[in-house]
Amino acid sequence: MDIQELINHIEIEFDDLQKGPLYPDTSIREIEGWSSMHALLLIALIDNHYDVLLTGEELKNALTVQDIYEVISKRKA
Amino acid sequence: MSIEISHITYYLPPGKLTNFQLSKIYQKSINEIFKSTGIKTRRIRSENQIGSDLGFLAAKRLLSNFPELKKKIDLLIFCTEGIDYKAPTTSSTLHFKLGLEQNCACIDMPMGCAGFVYGLSLAKSFILSEDATCVLFITADIPSSVIHSDDFEMRAIFGDAGVATIVEKSVRGKIGRFVFGTDGAGAENLIVREGSTRKPIDENWLSKYSNETDSLAHGRMHMNGLEIARFSLQKVPTLLENVLYRNELSFEQIDLFVFHQASDFILKALKRKCKIPDDKFYTYFENIGNTVSCSIPIALYHAEQEGKLKRGDKVMILGFGVGYSWAGTIIEY
Repeated sequence: MDIQELINHIEIEFDDLQKGPLYPDTSIREIEGWSSMHALLLIALIDNHYDVLLTGEELKNALTVQDIYEVISKRKA
Repeated sequence: MSIEISHITYYLPPGKLTNFQLSKIYQKSINEIFKSTGIKTRRIRSENQIGSDLGFLAAKRLLSNFPELKKKIDLLIFCTEGIDYKAPTTSSTLHFKLGLEQNCACIDMPMGCAGFVYGLSLAKSFILSEDATCVLFITADIPSSVIHSDDFEMRAIFGDAGVATIVEKSVRGKIGRFVFGTDGAGAENLIVREGSTRKPIDENWLSKYSNETDSLAHGRMHMNGLEIARFSLQKVPTLLENVLYRNELSFEQIDLFVFHQASDFILKALKRKCKIPDDKFYTYFENIGNTVSCSIPIALYHAEQEGKLKRGDKVMILGFGVGYSWAGTIIEY
């Protein structure tokens, strides 16, 4: 697993939202059109690809793609 | 002994809540609402109509189509989260209104989205123990009565309905072994606190919600969508595996999977996680929404109507939700 792989998964899942490429420091909630539904989709995406079910608290504290990657890495370790 | 689901009939109230109406109220586009819910229309009860009224109309329709059943029914199960009275049981008032025989047992069961599976287990147990031969199992829920007008997410998902199902001793068909689960720690994530013994509705409540339908006198539903999604993703795939194990069947031997029709998002995520092929995963919610305890039997009815469920097929049904509670079995149709 590397961060680019995670970015690829998110880009595919949220192709309806994105106006440009995602970067590790992209703030998830600042993506135009982001809603609570996208938070659910993100949880399902991570569960599906990495077998990690993020908690609401973990998601709340993760501001960027890098933060999410780090939570997944920590949980997988 | 063979047991089958021999009849399913349902009733939907005439009121509709469309995406067009929601788009006007919440300033969202019709496409956006459909894309986030997978639902076009929800059916909403009429004023003063409660769960047992919808269940009664479904059962009345079933018994007028199959009048020979009326004398055979010796157990009535009524599953709802909105009973008529604290006492007597609503099933006994339905029994009277439907004109059933007096040698009929009546049970109420408030089980929410796992209710259909729980009720089926109860029906099977009565029939296997030879204490009943023909069960009228009514499910009816009116989630619209406990949703505040501010709660777009819930208004966009839930719909009202009533279903009457006949489960009876037969020469074909089988209801398999059940798997159940409970985690009361999740209670707060989907709850209607008020309107109950612990928290009765008072004058303050009625005046606070005087602009809402019925002043929300049945209570207000609170849902933590994120936690409910996590619960579903965590428990349902394991439930599926356990149901297969208990019934000594392989994944490939299941002809159709019919889950509680929770929401488009949850169903898609579960289908993907459980690796269920499209043609084996049946959904029916686009024109009715999530109808709580009614969602599985309505889906079974339509799967059969569309030829996707045939006699002899093995169908896995899984219910999950409020409690948390979850339950599953396999029906040989």
